[in-house]
Amino acid sequence: MISSMPANTPEVALQFFRGEESSRRAFRAYFTEAKYEFLRMLRIPAFSIPFLALPALLYLLMAAVLFGDAARRDPNAARVIFTAFGVFGVIGPAMFGFGSTVAIERDQGLLKFKRALPMPPAAYLLAKMVMAVLFAILIMATLIPSALTLGHLKLSAGKIFTVTFINTLGVLPFCALGLYIGTLVSGRSAPGFMHLIYQPMLYLSGLFFPLPGFMRLAAPIWPAFYLDQLALRAVGLPSRGPALLHVAVLATMTIVLTVLSVHRLSRER
Amino acid sequence: MKRHEHLLELSGVKKSFGRAVALDGLNLAIDSCELVAVLGPNGAGKSTAISLMLGLHEPDSGSVKLFARSPRDLKARLQIGVMMQEVFLAPELRVCEQIDLVASYYSDPLTPDAAMEMTQTSSLATRPYGTLSGGQKRQVQLAMAVCGRPRLLFLDEPSVGLDLRARQTMWSTLRGLVSDGASILLTTHYLEEAEALADRVVVLAKGRVIAAGTVNEMRALVMRQRISCRSSVNVETVKGWPYIETVSRDLHHLFITTADAQAVVLRLFAADPNLTELDVRRAGLAEVFSQLTLTEEDQ
Repeated sequence: MISSMPANTPEVALQFFRGEESSRRAFRAYFTEAKYEFLRMLRIPAFSIPFLALPALLYLLMAAVLFGDAARRDPNAARVIFTAFGVFGVIGPAMFGFGSTVAIERDQGLLKFKRALPMPPAAYLLAKMVMAVLFAILIMATLIPSALTLGHLKLSAGKIFTVTFINTLGVLPFCALGLYIGTLVSGRSAPGFMHLIYQPMLYLSGLFFPLPGFMRLAAPIWPAFYLDQLALRAVGLPSRGPALLHVAVLATMTIVLTVLSVHRLSRER
Repeated sequence: MKRHEHLLELSGVKKSFGRAVALDGLNLAIDSCELVAVLGPNGAGKSTAISLMLGLHEPDSGSVKLFARSPRDLKARLQIGVMMQEVFLAPELRVCEQIDLVASYYSDPLTPDAAMEMTQTSSLATRPYGTLSGGQKRQVQLAMAVCGRPRLLFLDEPSVGLDLRARQTMWSTLRGLVSDGASILLTTHYLEEAEALADRVVVLAKGRVIAAGTVNEMRALVMRQRISCRSSVNVETVKGWPYIETVSRDLHHLFITTADAQAVVLRLFAADPNLTELDVRRAGLAEVFSQLTLTEEDQ
């Protein structure tokens, strides 16, 4: 029954195109929720400035200043630095935008308030996913011109589009990871827990530099490893393992953690 | 013949959290165009009752029906507006955006401008929510509660933090909503709020309804009256009379509460024929409420 299950997206879509009121209302709610979630996160300087500005600034520090010569001489080095900072850039808003806000909103009663209202059940989580996707697009939009102008990156438009597409969709497993942490811990401790995973993952997944021996073997325990491998393949560099495996790991992680999180949130009623 | 359906109906609802009994066989119904005030001391079960009515919890036994459906049914929730006691809304969103967001959940909502006009919050439209005072936040939350044109409004302590003028404005908005056909269930600690607004008052204690009726019926229920007069009769003399509950005095005036004002006034005149400034009033809801809950605790 569509009116009580507006999260059933394909059915809602059909009813929307048939012009039925309940589905129009659901779509309006999804759209408005996503719009204001993005807007409000954009208006939090402590969130938007570091996550939007830092990837490009740190990228330029590496690709144009510290390793500028290497990037100019070796096109592959320029690509490695570009993919690393692309993956680094999109993970942050996904994990923190989801995890910290869900934990805080659970603590402060906003989630309870929204449950009491006729908000379509999936709108809350979907809005945060859209926010993370839009932040990923903005991050790539700052990173790509920086890379093409100052980072010595030479890449076809097709490859740029592919890696942007991969990074944009690649936020979803990290949204799910942040969401799951957000359902486990309180708002005050969520950022701390998030950093406990986020910081080691950045370095131990082999994103920024080649890892030695056993650390290289252990890199696949971090989800960032799989997104990085897909991004490397997209820019024409060799990657470890088949793309299908990388996609399967990230998709499974997204589904499992989202299901577990939704289960935890529904038990909190 | 079809049975009369209430907008909201709780029948024999029981709810415990661990060993703590929050609701113990609660019965409550709300009909069209009425404003019902739910009163009760802390821990009486008011918040638990509201969370069951909103579908945030399931009862252990008994039933909760909202528009003859489960409160979790979207069709039921499309007809309600909610103002919770404690809710932290995104401080970065402007007032008009907060209202626009909640309005998007409903089928035929008011525009944010109309909701703000109704609640006299138009001057706050472009202010970020986080910059508002506590009272202004409550006014905006009322605008969010009414923007979906609800048939039934749940207001949990709506006027906490409001100054006198803002409270009067809110009361006038609520009266207008009821006269336009909405029903309201409000919990409050401000007894004068219940006296000023409510068609019916329901008093909860220990998870049960211990009294329900109109404000006047509630007053009559305890039959308590207050007498004040300018008299020289001393306190100890009055204390010895029957039906006296409390007695005190200042330099000139004597203050008595009693269950039989007529008999006491006759005795006062007999004791002091020069008595002046006699004033006899029925008890306010505060005294009724206090007596009812005290009686319940004594049992």
